[in-house]
Amino acid sequence: MLFPTQSSPFSASNNSVQAIMQQVLFALIPAILTLFYFVGYSVLMQISLAIITALIAESLCLYLRKKPILSTLADFSAVLTAVLIAIAIPSIAPWWVVVNGTLFAILIAKQVYGGLGYNPFNPAMAGYVFLLISFPLPMTLWQDASIFLSFSDAINVLFEAVAIDGLSSATVLDYTKMQLRSGESISTIQASSIFGFIGDNNKEFVSLAYLIGGLFLYLKRTIRWHIPFAVLMGVFIPASIAYAIDPNIYSSPWFHLVTGATVCAAFFIATDPVSAAASIKGRLIYGFLIGFLIFCIRTWGGYPDAVAFAVLLANISAPSIDSYLRPKTKTQ
Amino acid sequence: MFKFSWLTKKQSFPGGLKLAGHKQVTQIIEPALPKELIYPLFLAADRYAKPCVNVGDTVLKGQIIATADSLLATPIHATSSGTIVAIEKRPIAHPSGLSDSCIILQTDELDEALPTEPCIAYTEQNRDFLRHKIQQSGIVGLGGAAFPTAKKLQPSQAIHTLIINAAECEPYISCDEILMIESAPEIIQGALIIQYILQAEHCIIAIEDSKPEAYSALLSATESNQLQIKQVPSIYPTGGEKQLIQVISGVQIPVKNLPSEYGYICQNVATAYAVYQAINLGLPLTERIITLTGDGIKQNQNLRARIGTPVKDLVAACQGYTPQAEQLIMGGPMMGIALASDDIAVIKASNCLLINQVNKPISQACIRCGDCADVCPSELLPQQLYWYSHTQQWDNCSDYQLADCIECGCCDVICPSKIPLVQAFRVAKAEIQQQQKQSASAALAKKRFDNHQQRLQRIEQEKLVKQDKRKAAIEKMKAAAAKRKLS
Repeated sequence: MLFPTQSSPFSASNNSVQAIMQQVLFALIPAILTLFYFVGYSVLMQISLAIITALIAESLCLYLRKKPILSTLADFSAVLTAVLIAIAIPSIAPWWVVVNGTLFAILIAKQVYGGLGYNPFNPAMAGYVFLLISFPLPMTLWQDASIFLSFSDAINVLFEAVAIDGLSSATVLDYTKMQLRSGESISTIQASSIFGFIGDNNKEFVSLAYLIGGLFLYLKRTIRWHIPFAVLMGVFIPASIAYAIDPNIYSSPWFHLVTGATVCAAFFIATDPVSAAASIKGRLIYGFLIGFLIFCIRTWGGYPDAVAFAVLLANISAPSIDSYLRPKTKTQ
Repeated sequence: MFKFSWLTKKQSFPGGLKLAGHKQVTQIIEPALPKELIYPLFLAADRYAKPCVNVGDTVLKGQIIATADSLLATPIHATSSGTIVAIEKRPIAHPSGLSDSCIILQTDELDEALPTEPCIAYTEQNRDFLRHKIQQSGIVGLGGAAFPTAKKLQPSQAIHTLIINAAECEPYISCDEILMIESAPEIIQGALIIQYILQAEHCIIAIEDSKPEAYSALLSATESNQLQIKQVPSIYPTGGEKQLIQVISGVQIPVKNLPSEYGYICQNVATAYAVYQAINLGLPLTERIITLTGDGIKQNQNLRARIGTPVKDLVAACQGYTPQAEQLIMGGPMMGIALASDDIAVIKASNCLLINQVNKPISQACIRCGDCADVCPSELLPQQLYWYSHTQQWDNCSDYQLADCIECGCCDVICPSKIPLVQAFRVAKAEIQQQQKQSASAALAKKRFDNHQQRLQRIEQEKLVKQDKRKAAIEKMKAAAAKRKLS
């Protein structure tokens, strides 16, 4: 009897790209449900729009590149990118915002570079920055978390541009920045009703949901602790120093951790291995860089939140970090 | 003193994988005597045995049919009685599927053996004599590498610790485990003989903690306190020689060095058994335990197989193939080699025949997750190495220590993108070796050319010097003649 000959090893593990992506998507469910609880159907609509756009864009590229379509779509990487964009942008942004952002992420940031594994930038963050620069107005209209949008209301807002009174409100990061510029002190600013326990009223719980999902990923060994830890420390340490120097001008480190997209970035965005540094030391530095940039841009920069810029800047430094911090083998 | 749990952690080697065992420790059965036995003359690397029988000769079991002229080779014994019917090319157990010269023995069903020369009191023997006997008994490392045992027992440095490798870390294989359960006292005897030959202070039998039955068999067979039995964690590749030394002693031996340079020697547990048989019973190595396993075979079984038995005869002893028989692997699923046909005969290194379904998923692009670096027991960066090897940057491959790769397959198995990393590394290694050979021969040729040029120059110069001398002599003579004329 004759047999085919291949090279060892002959066994394979259950570890797969598909399983990793699915796990990350699964870990996003608590955050999505929390968002849904506070803002309503608009967030689900954004997610659906993004997923449909991503799948169509990815299929088109794969068709043009003569790559297998269905098996590649099944790796869920496009879906994950879409979901991350959809939950990153304001939930009441008109439909074309999320569509444009997803198209940019998939077509330019991912497929032009050669698809999954070859993209130097995190596609979701590239898409987000594209939107932030191109359409600044809808990107700053954040839905007030005390208004729950019903299905029909969400359709009206997203597709018909129907205005609903009091639907949009400033985020605490926005508010803090504006008030600081007009000379208020942090303690007065944070007495405002839009603040919850530490950060954004209600939206604090979204950060908590991201944390739960992130810890799940850590326990499932889908992500390692290095990057999330370093990102959080990158925000926390400089924020603590600044807060210790002058608590009237600088927000507390806890405030920085729970507001905006800090937790989401730490566990779901910075941990994208394709665009991150590879070695352990490299990952710690990469993560810290993201956190530090988030703090700097928030505090002294022109944007209220800074996750996307911070991640892109760290992405572009990842290859250098890797090449300078190459781990030595002990047998050398 | 503060004590941190991560500092006092159990000694281990870096990386590694916890693999599903798939081990079915079945009793050893004796397969029927095959009609034909095949002995490849190829031993290892570029070493061959030299046949010392002719076609038509009748031989007895245990008779040497091919001799070895160095310690790096071992003789081949007939493993049953019969007639040599051919010395011809047959496919052999080699990753490249080569055909090579083999001695073919047709058995006569009598299974007559040569008389044996046992030597009971080995401690009264000269150690060189014991080494010679081990060599003449054809004993090689039975863990899979098949390195001649006698050569390994002649280290240049003093050895303080002998480690008997009973880890058997690859999935599916259970031949060592059943051997330990059935023949623990003999193994201990063999270990003590090896310890005597090496004059090693310590002898440690290292066994994975997943084999409690074999462990207790060894424990109850140990009488003296000359020998320790240590359980090691079941993490693949803990049975790798250097990994095992690190687990036992914490000493990390660099790739370039041999364990013996650090005072350690590892011997497989089946080798210890073979040494016992050779010394105490005078039996040459003519058979070994081999595991036949996998979904592709009807009955998973440990067999006492004669060296040279064609695979198909062993499969027949296990009730034949199932429809899942898609590939035939000699060795384990991690480091074994795929055989092209079941006409190939088992060799001394064959510890397992795994017959199962082909499981090679389509590979995707690397997502740089770094799982491969986490599991690498040599602490390499397989991700980087893969990048360099498939873009043919050989210098970078060497710079990232490709040579340290032991091809254990951990990175390959863990890879979520299913990239055939080990295959890429093998190709790169071969390529680098080829280049080194070429540059060495180019350097040699250049040296020859330079020498030749220098020689030519020297001859030329010598010629000139001679000419000058002759001219000067002629001038002198002319001057002398003129002087004479004048006077």
